Amino acid sequence: MTEITPQIVAEHGLNEKEYKQVLKIMGRKPNITELGIFSVMWSEHCSYKSSKYWLKKLPTDAPWVICGPGENAGVIDIGDGKACVFKMESHNHPSFIEPYQGAATGVGGILRDVFTMGARPVANMNALRFGSPNHPKTKYLLGGVVSGIGGYGNCMGIPTVGGELEFDSSYNGNILVNAMTVGIADADKIFYSAAAGIGNAVVYVGSKTGRDGIHGATMASEEFAEDTEEKRPTVQVGDPFTEKLLLEACLELMATDAIVAIQDMGAAGLTSSSVEMSDKGDVGISLDLDSVPMREEGMTPYEVMLSESQERMLMVLKPGSEQKAQAIFDKWELDFAVIGKVTDTKRLTLKWKGHTVSDIPVRPLVAEAPEYKRPYRPTPLLAPISPQEAVSLIKIDPIEALLSLLGSPDLCSRRWIWEQYDHMVMGDTVQRPGGDAAVIRIHGTSRALAITTDCTPRYCIADPIEGGRQAVAEAWRNLTAVGALPLAITDNMNFGNPEKPEIMGQFAGCIQGIAEACRYLDFPVVSGNVSLYNETNGVGIMPTPAIGGVGLIEDITKSTTSFNFKSPGDTIILIGETLGHLGRSLLLRLIGEGERGSPPPVNLSAERRNGDFVRMLIQTNKVSACHDISDGGLLVTVAEMAIAGKIGANLFKLETNTPDLAWFFGEDQARYVISTSDAAPILDAAKVSGVNASVIGSTGGTMLSVENGNSISISDLHNQHDTWLENFMSEA
Amino acid sequence: MKAAIIVSPGSNCDRDVRVALEQNIESPPIMHWHRDPDLPKVDLIVIPGGFSYGDYLRAGAMAAHSPVIREVIDRAQKGVPVLGICNGFQILTECQLLPGTLMKNTGLKFICRDVDIRVETNTSIFTRNYTKGQKLKMPIAHNEGSYFADTKTLSRLTDNDLVALRYCSDDGEVDEAANPNGALLNIAAVLSAERNVLGMMPHPERCSDKQLGGEDGRTLFSGLANAIMHP
Repeated sequence: MTEITPQIVAEHGLNEKEYKQVLKIMGRKPNITELGIFSVMWSEHCSYKSSKYWLKKLPTDAPWVICGPGENAGVIDIGDGKACVFKMESHNHPSFIEPYQGAATGVGGILRDVFTMGARPVANMNALRFGSPNHPKTKYLLGGVVSGIGGYGNCMGIPTVGGELEFDSSYNGNILVNAMTVGIADADKIFYSAAAGIGNAVVYVGSKTGRDGIHGATMASEEFAEDTEEKRPTVQVGDPFTEKLLLEACLELMATDAIVAIQDMGAAGLTSSSVEMSDKGDVGISLDLDSVPMREEGMTPYEVMLSESQERMLMVLKPGSEQKAQAIFDKWELDFAVIGKVTDTKRLTLKWKGHTVSDIPVRPLVAEAPEYKRPYRPTPLLAPISPQEAVSLIKIDPIEALLSLLGSPDLCSRRWIWEQYDHMVMGDTVQRPGGDAAVIRIHGTSRALAITTDCTPRYCIADPIEGGRQAVAEAWRNLTAVGALPLAITDNMNFGNPEKPEIMGQFAGCIQGIAEACRYLDFPVVSGNVSLYNETNGVGIMPTPAIGGVGLIEDITKSTTSFNFKSPGDTIILIGETLGHLGRSLLLRLIGEGERGSPPPVNLSAERRNGDFVRMLIQTNKVSACHDISDGGLLVTVAEMAIAGKIGANLFKLETNTPDLAWFFGEDQARYVISTSDAAPILDAAKVSGVNASVIGSTGGTMLSVENGNSISISDLHNQHDTWLENFMSEA
Repeated sequence: MKAAIIVSPGSNCDRDVRVALEQNIESPPIMHWHRDPDLPKVDLIVIPGGFSYGDYLRAGAMAAHSPVIREVIDRAQKGVPVLGICNGFQILTECQLLPGTLMKNTGLKFICRDVDIRVETNTSIFTRNYTKGQKLKMPIAHNEGSYFADTKTLSRLTDNDLVALRYCSDDGEVDEAANPNGALLNIAAVLSAERNVLGMMPHPERCSDKQLGGEDGRTLFSGLANAIMHP
């Protein structure tokens, strides 16, 4: 038996105070298996010890919320007896160490979180962030991550319908891979994880347990240094085919009446699944580890409990349903083993070759996990930069600036990525990747879900509160732009080392901004994930609270639209107020001398007013196209609509004092561009609703022209926009 | 008319094909599990897309040996129409109902996008409602779609009018630039010598609904249903 020395304790990531708490809970020295269990359960990844205090500040309720944070995924009511189950989760650390498997198993993990609750996954999204294009590892990491995501989702037969991609040197040593899955279930058939029924069988299904991924959760709770290469064995290996079998077998079993509780084995594997199931049910679980299906010989109880082998589930079955369940898993050629039972001891008891090798009281293991209100220092705010001051730094023609922006890594087409994802399988993809939000029809109906992921880290680093607000507002706006009513979000909080007060200041600020925007927009947080310690050699990433939003479209045959211009001769209308805010804009980042000033302020009441107005227009079929204005501002937005529709546009500038470049490239929030064949009623209605709406041009021809300025052909714009990523990835 | 869709554990376009078939035939297709060798009497067999057995070995290689496939081969030899889409095409070549093989795309990447294809023959039960030379838009979604066969086989296919579809450009030209995956002669679909087995890489079931960007595939299913019901 391994002697528990202070060094062993430290290697398990527990500090002195935390270890004292372990001794108190146990009333004795833990053995190595027990220490391992405490170590993973109390890791940042599993315990949320640095973030819990702040996460409690997020609004999580609304009349349509069926299940908020705390279960495997969030659940909302979408009417007609259906529920939408969704969550976003990070797999940042593993993807940096081993991009293909790290990203693939990230997708596998989030898929399991969703189908564990009884939902059939209908769409995947992903928010990806990589280092500078010039960094030597960027190409390798991007290529590996994209093929890992595609490899897993394509084989599962679940469409990957969109997401985000961003390059910035702050991610050189810590890429971000955030994967989101959206599923649909019957609203009255949601499965939860609370174990119940003393004596009920605890059943293990799925793949066999191997030595892969041991201490993955602990690894994900540390900074990187020079030794990342040595951490490769902590990355799990994915098998999407087995997961496909597991999905079908679980859904088949769920259609019967056999399951009491179910939990996937994700981070910290058998440990966290058995602990969470017993804690939520306020019961004990005793496991006979010899019965666990094992892939390798000579495994120890420690390894069995800490393995993060993929594609596994733990279930509690109703008495007498074991045979029925086993028949289903036999059909799908998956392992099925009764490995224990529910007990009344409220303890996690593990047996190995006839001996008890672990005996831990469950409630204290969970409830007395460390929770820190870490010291935090609010981010000092930067002075805003006026449009006049910002443009004084830049001398460039608007069309020339547009060309550079569209062909930049920040704004170029992501086609190279989404063509590697099967985004059409399941036959319900109404809006394919590239639009404001993906639109997925609810199978067999004419209703649809709209899905988006959003975050602007360059705003968050300058002003975390405003950046948090903006991430939520942009998600809300993207859903609105396809005619959807935004319903709820999942948040994936990616930050640096929480032990640094300035990082905790970023975290606290973003939470505050997210909470304010969610509250104001009736857009609650129903699930989420926190990834901290995204630092390498002491350098952290930009604060990146990625927001995944879901909304509902009532009828895809009439109450939705897409962003491409549909026909020549339509009037182009700008919705929202344009002040020409260039602080932190892409124009300054790409053409000026880098981001400066403060991010654009988010006026939540204008967001709500303008968004509700635009949604009403779409739902009453008054617009031919709609696109929200975000990165790059107005001219980029119009250019994207023209490229997608292969129709040109003539634009003019309204009479204002705003300098041209600020007018065209300012990133003022709460704005949309719409096109319509009948402008007058829209302008009248806007007046009544107190919404800023101005005609700024018309569609037609093959050129994009700006008044008193240059023109450019749509095909030139298309080529500039379409090729950067593909060329970048094909260069040796 | 009765149709059966062969469901392997890793099939993932089985539901999509069912939806497309249901629009055109009165009785719902039989979803036939791969391990069950007792295939009912049907007028059409469809092998859908997906990753039949995970395809870790070679796409379709394991599925070609599943219990039901022996029966599929037997029916095909008796003249029952068999349609293989994507992974279904790969399985049909692996079990040698169709000549040639599908190799990894020359770009070494999975490709999912709309492509233009040209109807090369309409003298088949599958393509008879198209006109020869008609240009269609259909999605592809595959990692191994590069059709390969030896020169002799290619000549036999061409000489006997067995190439059903070829990848083409926007204006209908069959050229290298329009070839998404490196398929020899831009071949996207081939017929068996008896013309009752068709393997195709494009997904007609993904363009059978105007809400989803096109209906060029619907014609294949309606033509097929029509041909079977009114021979």
